[in-house]
Amino acid sequence: MTTYYTSEHEWISVDGDVGTVGITKFAAEKLGDVVFVELPDVGKSVKKEADMAVVESVKAASDVYAPVTGEVTAANAAIVDEPAKVNEDPEGGGWFVKIRLADKGQLTGLMDKAAYDAFCASQ
Amino acid sequence: MTDVSNTPLKTTPLHRLHTRLGARMAEFGGYDMPIQYADGIMAEHNWTRSHAGLFDVSHMGPSFLSLPQLGGGDQAHRKVASIVERLVPSDIAGLAPGKVQLTVLLDANGGIIDDLMIGRPPRDDQQGMLYIVVNAGTKENDFALIAEAAGAEAELHRADNRALIAIQGPEAEAVIAGILPEAVPLTFMTFREIKHTAFGNVIATRCGYTGEDGFEILVPAEHGETFANRLLEDPRVKSIGLGARDSLRLEGGMCLYGHDIDISKTPVAASLSWMISKARRERGDFPGADRILRELKEGVPSKRVGIRPLGRAPAREGAEIQNTDGETIGVVTSGGFGPTVNGPIAQGYVDTTYTKAGTPLKLIVRGKALEAEVATLPFVPAKYKR
Repeated sequence: MTTYYTSEHEWISVDGDVGTVGITKFAAEKLGDVVFVELPDVGKSVKKEADMAVVESVKAASDVYAPVTGEVTAANAAIVDEPAKVNEDPEGGGWFVKIRLADKGQLTGLMDKAAYDAFCASQ
Repeated sequence: MTDVSNTPLKTTPLHRLHTRLGARMAEFGGYDMPIQYADGIMAEHNWTRSHAGLFDVSHMGPSFLSLPQLGGGDQAHRKVASIVERLVPSDIAGLAPGKVQLTVLLDANGGIIDDLMIGRPPRDDQQGMLYIVVNAGTKENDFALIAEAAGAEAELHRADNRALIAIQGPEAEAVIAGILPEAVPLTFMTFREIKHTAFGNVIATRCGYTGEDGFEILVPAEHGETFANRLLEDPRVKSIGLGARDSLRLEGGMCLYGHDIDISKTPVAASLSWMISKARRERGDFPGADRILRELKEGVPSKRVGIRPLGRAPAREGAEIQNTDGETIGVVTSGGFGPTVNGPIAQGYVDTTYTKAGTPLKLIVRGKALEAEVATLPFVPAKYKR
């Protein structure tokens, strides 16, 4: 299983042709306390770099973009019921959706952990 | 709005303290201000509601309007009050000594230029002076207006270089009792000057912007940080940023200037008619009186109300408000999440037909119509010391 990162602070952890997607710890800390999450329905097609989900903190609403094109195969109801889970474990239990990748080739344009850490340090 | 992008941000006397405390800073009203500290907005909000929160509000505009000669009892007070009464619809002349009044500066059309506090000093030898506190983002214009109204009759002394520190929450009084015991007998919306051996001349007002009991304390700039540190030494006190200040005031049903009220709104539309005192209504001698008196009699097309979204999604400023038939009836002017309410809350303007508490509304958020209803303000009951 390999994890990739986007410059919009999403992560995608790929196993076969399905990727689990969430927002990074860096993004969760920047957002502050998450109070509301809106996820796409299972079966919905999402497009790389298009908005896919919404997270709201006390202060503001932010879009979450799809890191790859594909079909949503699962949505994490736990973070809808308990949005604070996104802050508690953003890169684990606080995942957003699972996506069946339409084109695994899209992953090559994403960052690995080392590149993403360097990217965050420069922000 | 002023373009601040090329202007260096102003800082308050507590700026170094915010940096030391690891605050996340951002521009507000032309100042570099703490938005939140390490604990985050939710924890800071909840701490204020259960203990005591310290807020740096030094960006605001405290000032004194003084006649050339102070003292002279009611007559001197009425004289200085008559100057600001040219700008506000409240009965400033009728303020009891030591009382503070929340009011609004009005333009000739009755539009709200700013909301502000005006206080009458309790001491005989200070009659003829008013303590006036205006908002940060509007203070240059406000001060110019007040100075212009005063002309040669009185002088406006700005005090916005000092530290203005709010301490808010159920434990605020107990904290203050150990540091400024002379402030404890104050009741809600009263103030007094206190000569403190370490902090110099301070002005303590029992007021705030959270719905909690508390104080706002004006301290000489050079003692601001020491005073704040002294408060923070108390384990009941934590520093709170502007993020939680906003969620606290929204739950408290209070207006944020530039959002819930502005020049396009009259106090009647803003549901602030209580500011227009009986004496002033009878005299009709405030700016925009023709329009405002007519509105008081005949009503206004739309009014400010509290709004409670029924789901979990917050509706933010600018969200369209519809009736159940899908017709546009208003707009959200501030909205977010209320940690104490534990749900989304908002304020906005709706057509007057829809202002009754419980009226069903739809809020358009990301193209979807969310169920909501008109709610009574405040969302969290005020706990003022009367």
